[in-house]
Amino acid sequence: MFISSQNPPPSFKDFTLVLPAVAVGNVGQLAVDLIVSTLNMSRVGYIHTDCLIPMTGNNPYTTCKDDAEELHTPAEVYTAAGLKTAVLQIRAPIIQTKSKKFRQLLVSWIKASGFSRTVVLSSSHAYQRDDQQLKGTPLRYLVTPALLKVSAVALEELGWREMERVAAFPGLTDADTDPRLHVPGGGITKGLYMDSCAADLPLAVLLLFCSEGDNIPDAFTLVNHLNDWLHLLDNPSQKPNKWKIPTSWSLLFGNGIPPALF
Amino acid sequence: MATFFGEVLSVYSRAVEEDEEELDENEEDEEIRRELEEKREVHLHWSPEVSESLKSGSKLPCSDFLLAVGHNAAGFLSVYVLGSESWDAVGHASVWNERSRAGAGTTSEESVCVFYRHKNNPSVLICQTTCYIAEDQLFQWTEKVFDVLQHRQLNVTVLSDSSVAEYKTSDYLCGSSAPFLRSLHTAAFSGQPVCQSLEQPNIITGLPAAVLNHCEVHRVATVVYQCYSDVTGPDSVTMETFKPALTKLGKSVQLNPPPSTDVLRKFVRTTNLPSNLYI
Repeated sequence: MFISSQNPPPSFKDFTLVLPAVAVGNVGQLAVDLIVSTLNMSRVGYIHTDCLIPMTGNNPYTTCKDDAEELHTPAEVYTAAGLKTAVLQIRAPIIQTKSKKFRQLLVSWIKASGFSRTVVLSSSHAYQRDDQQLKGTPLRYLVTPALLKVSAVALEELGWREMERVAAFPGLTDADTDPRLHVPGGGITKGLYMDSCAADLPLAVLLLFCSEGDNIPDAFTLVNHLNDWLHLLDNPSQKPNKWKIPTSWSLLFGNGIPPALF
Repeated sequence: MATFFGEVLSVYSRAVEEDEEELDENEEDEEIRRELEEKREVHLHWSPEVSESLKSGSKLPCSDFLLAVGHNAAGFLSVYVLGSESWDAVGHASVWNERSRAGAGTTSEESVCVFYRHKNNPSVLICQTTCYIAEDQLFQWTEKVFDVLQHRQLNVTVLSDSSVAEYKTSDYLCGSSAPFLRSLHTAAFSGQPVCQSLEQPNIITGLPAAVLNHCEVHRVATVVYQCYSDVTGPDSVTMETFKPALTKLGKSVQLNPPPSTDVLRKFVRTTNLPSNLYI
């Protein structure tokens, strides 16, 4: 459930919500980190739920000593009021048996808050692509009918590729089995998309085929792709260093080298 | 994943594996799932006196709640605080999960989570947890325990163990620096922690994290002292590291005089599992 950290609670009416799906390589979460730290967004509340594994730490976006000691929780909502944009950052894995409950919680919160549209940043296993998916860009999108109604023109102009439906049994031509949506390694992506279609929510999924490893370049690719549509940064440049890397990304590959080694 | 040295490791994926199809569950599957879920539920058992007062709808008055998570933290409290005999055991929590030993009841010495109350000052509560609480049970444990406590004027102090291997720093940690303390506190906590704050990108997980999350959201003054140690089992040096953490609680929790080595040895030995690695 959403708990506001402000008084009075914030209004999300007509805001755009961006949230990650906990998926391969954590690309969506890294991209959201870039948005929060670059736009200097402020925290307005928490999603406090038993569906996420508890974790906590000090301010991941700290820039100076004064704001370093600030506790942060597994799921928090940030806003940039001027841009009418809100972000939900999810920092912990979803407890497997509770993923359905978590999806329902998200859908009902999004509905109740009155967001004008929702964008899910996600990723999918690169090694499970079929032949047609191997060609060209690794970026794909999905939109619900409710969002297509209002954003069809914008999406057409962008010239993006929609996520392909793949055959249930590749190589077999069976009239009975329709091609289906398949997002391997995408966590709740497919479920959330399906639920949103059913609930008539305006929602889009932006995803990237990738493998697990150093996924920082993937995060830049995805966030730049999102920026082409939402124009979060005034000066949309393809240079990755336009985005500000948060402090919490340091030491991703462990501690310093022991000097005694040499 | 292939490592630097070329061997291929099967790694735990950070992505949650989603069952692609909605599970076609029949009634039997559903029943098994439900029963498992029931079995995994956290139960709190209170002494007759406490449950009587809880039954009447009132919450436990509590000004200081001291929670020790892990063998070193629990051992520290046993030796330095609970040894004074001015404490009553008032209840325990029972948790069943995949690491619970078959046949071992909740009274098993290793898997305990016991609540103590001060005899003269009943608003001081201590909880020692040395059992494994699974990831899906942490939230529930916290909700249930804090549901019993009165939140007004509540101060929570958590002592917790961790391995120095989990500590990230750009400097090289030399052997003599461990064990050391790091703190993390909620916005409602107004005091000055007795040690350095936990630096990014370090995080806290497990029960201390669940308690901190709950207290941050519900605006309860809470501080966690995490001790990073380089010894795997409980040891007296690590236990002593927690000493400064209790100085702030001076009024309500008195530290006993340093115990004799015999007392310490008892606590260190009980969890010394025989290893057959080098037979």
